[in-house]
Amino acid sequence: MNRKMVFYMFGRIGQIAALLLLLPAVVAIIYGEYKQLWAFLITAAGAVAAGTAISLLCRTKNKVIYAKEGFAIVSLAWICMSVVGAMPFTLSGEIPSYIDAIFETVSGFTTTGASILRDVEALSYSMLFWRSFTHWVGGMGVLVFVMAIVSNMTDRSIHLMRAEMPGPTVGKLVPRGRDTAKILYLIYIVMTVVQIIMLWVGDMNLYESIVHTFGTAGTGGFGIKADSIGGYSSYSQMVIAVFMLLFGVNFNLFYLVIIGRFKSVLKSTELWTYLGIVAVAVVSITVNILPLCGGVGDAFRQAFFQTSSIMTTTGYSTVNFDLWPSFSKGILMLLMCFGACAGSTAGGLKISRVVILFKLFLGEIRRMLHPRSVSSVKFEGKAVDKQTLDSVAVYFAVYVFCIIAAFLAISFEPFGFETNFSAVLATFNNIGPGFGAVGPFGGFADYSGFSKIIFSFAMLLGRLEIFPLIIALSPSTWRKNR
Amino acid sequence: MKMIIVGCGKIGASIISSLVGEGNDVVAVDSSPSVIEEIGNVYDVMCVCGNGADTETLEEAGVSKADLFVAVTNSDELNMLACFVAERMGAKHTIARIRNPEYNDKSLDFLSKQLGLTVSVNPEWMAAKELFNVLKLPAAVNIESFSGGNLEMVELRLKQESILDGLSLIELRRKYKAQYLICAVQRGEEVYIPDGNFVLKSGDKIGITASGSEIQKLFKMLGLDQKSAKSVMILGASRTAYYLAKRLLNSGNRVVVIDKDERICRAFAEELPDAVVICGDGTQQELLLEEGLGSVDAFVALTGLDELNILISIFAMSQNVPKVISKVNRNELAIIADKLGLECIVSPKKTVSDILARYARAINNSQGINSIETLYRLMDGSVEALEFNVSKDFKGLKTPLKDMQLKRNMLIAGIVRGRKAIIPGGMDEILAGDRVIVIVSGNQVIDLDDILE
Repeated sequence: MNRKMVFYMFGRIGQIAALLLLLPAVVAIIYGEYKQLWAFLITAAGAVAAGTAISLLCRTKNKVIYAKEGFAIVSLAWICMSVVGAMPFTLSGEIPSYIDAIFETVSGFTTTGASILRDVEALSYSMLFWRSFTHWVGGMGVLVFVMAIVSNMTDRSIHLMRAEMPGPTVGKLVPRGRDTAKILYLIYIVMTVVQIIMLWVGDMNLYESIVHTFGTAGTGGFGIKADSIGGYSSYSQMVIAVFMLLFGVNFNLFYLVIIGRFKSVLKSTELWTYLGIVAVAVVSITVNILPLCGGVGDAFRQAFFQTSSIMTTTGYSTVNFDLWPSFSKGILMLLMCFGACAGSTAGGLKISRVVILFKLFLGEIRRMLHPRSVSSVKFEGKAVDKQTLDSVAVYFAVYVFCIIAAFLAISFEPFGFETNFSAVLATFNNIGPGFGAVGPFGGFADYSGFSKIIFSFAMLLGRLEIFPLIIALSPSTWRKNR
Repeated sequence: MKMIIVGCGKIGASIISSLVGEGNDVVAVDSSPSVIEEIGNVYDVMCVCGNGADTETLEEAGVSKADLFVAVTNSDELNMLACFVAERMGAKHTIARIRNPEYNDKSLDFLSKQLGLTVSVNPEWMAAKELFNVLKLPAAVNIESFSGGNLEMVELRLKQESILDGLSLIELRRKYKAQYLICAVQRGEEVYIPDGNFVLKSGDKIGITASGSEIQKLFKMLGLDQKSAKSVMILGASRTAYYLAKRLLNSGNRVVVIDKDERICRAFAEELPDAVVICGDGTQQELLLEEGLGSVDAFVALTGLDELNILISIFAMSQNVPKVISKVNRNELAIIADKLGLECIVSPKKTVSDILARYARAINNSQGINSIETLYRLMDGSVEALEFNVSKDFKGLKTPLKDMQLKRNMLIAGIVRGRKAIIPGGMDEILAGDRVIVIVSGNQVIDLDDILE
């Protein structure tokens, strides 16, 4: 274990966190919120001082990192960002309990969007801005951001990318890791700006457009109104619904569109499966909720928005879907687990894993019928190698174990099965709202501090896809090099 | 610069390492998923898994925008085909490894032209050439030649109680008035580009530039052996051994080749009837002694196994063979072998990655004016020796060297004017049309202008 390099990077992340805190500080100045401004500046100063000290102490010539260092760096980075990012909430007194603040920040960075706030409209502009900005940063990844701006870190930066980018396999777009990170962020920024403009021309003001765009881009789902998106015009709702879908698409496909390889995009199994699932879900829900709505158009709009929001693990809502019939709720619960495409900002299992798992299942049945048959699982036109297949199957098993474990840990709470179970699904898959007490118009405020820590951990596990955190927490990883 | 490397074996990985280190965008292609994954873990490159001659694979690798395409799979035919396809698909320069002797005779020119190859490389042939040079002057660790042999660079290790011990370079020059320049010194792990006040010590590995005749004089003065090796024993009838034996036999030396495989021995004997080919287990010390290990001038271990080469070489050293050389391909092992006292290590893959690094920079510098002629990496790769053609637009023309503001860790080690080698002093000037040899450490030089402040 190259501990020095791990802590060096840890220090650098502290500095990056401070840099990011300057943006809400500017917002605080614009709105004249000086108490909040101090909270941001003090936190930023502390993070810069600590980060610089650590990175200076741990400077090392040996910059080689292997897979385990990559996992450790990414896990530490996320914990560091959450701990630092929670400070302003408590310092300014807007979320007095630090555990609550941690929950809120983790929920932000992991693009979950679950909240402990009872009255979100009581928060100041700058705090709400910071809360949503964490979505934007967490969506594409902190380390990918670091890779894009820090020059020439190390040859083996692929380990960092692999640990942070969601999906069963991670490929580069261009030869150099740093350029790949830059391209990803460029696409991300351009799409963000387009959405801000499109919302701005509707009935949102600039502040609202920016905040809601951050929530959409990271597929997070923090709103600034008690009824989420419900109060805005149907134009704004449709813009957000469509952009949620777009941010749930694998970013590699956008790059292929830019360089003009449309054919490869149209051949993507994952994209078509993703759109297919959305279409089926929207039609079924529309038919199912028709009696509750004012007409087919209204039913379709609500079904489309909610499907898009849940499938991409965003968690915005236009209606209280907790009041929908069980069939629709069942579909939404299934979509929660599926998630969107690999290589996007969404959480969940990811469509590519779902497709591979389904094909594994079909292959297993065929093998039982024809014990000597030889078959291979193909995905995106290529045979998937055995290692990837194994890791997908194991990931699914661990995913189920983790959900069960988290569910058991919070089952002391005085809530019903539906609330508790959907709360675990909603945090682990980085969605935000669940059903029952944690439904779209409810929240996590009534859970105990212990459960909030469990939820925070579940959110991190879900965002980093379980293994990095587990590896970073196991003592054998940290054994020192002689 | 966008480059594609097809085939990520030992040579391929070494090329990738060298090209990525120079800051190029590299795409690696290999047909084995496990090999390509390992490459992706270690180097910052894009990886494509597939057959290097398949148009779809090449398209995925972005061949139409590639500046340099290198095919170094272990099949000559695949390399040729891959380069041919790549050239047709738009790659600007293509380099294929072709090592079968049958392709490397008269048909090579024809093949290269038909396939549109920029150049073909034959690592074994190059390694044999390097070995041959060292065997000509056994006291040196390594010999590289510049501008067609007008100037040579010799690496040698100062023996214990060498007469140069404790001498600074200024004193050395004053005392011996010789026309040579010590341009790099390796002491332990550190490598220095020395100035006049640098003091030499026994055990240093030094690099010297001088003309061929001056080097003979210098060796005489140092009391080093100047005779070339007349009888050579080669272990392993590999391709390198074939090329080396052919050269040695052509210049009238005695060659004994030992290999285990009877079929290979027979083929070898058919090709080179003058060589003594022994079919037997070279790891048996008895056999080596029986075939006269005690009386040969040099022993060269060229089997495919680095470890075997090192061990047998150590045995040969214990038998007081004057010159022992072993081929070591893996860098880690080369360092260990060096510590064990084996001095001469010739690795084909290093030679190839030097050549490719030069090509990459030459292409990079296609708009530049002073073109790179040769590039060698010395002292385990930490120092580079570069030869430039000086054009009339060089910024430092007609400035005495003492007034020239060179960057740190750079040295002008030689000037070749016409056929005359000049070992530069402070008053010498660089003229257009000269060839200049520059020694650089820790910097990347693409154009001669890069050496100036």
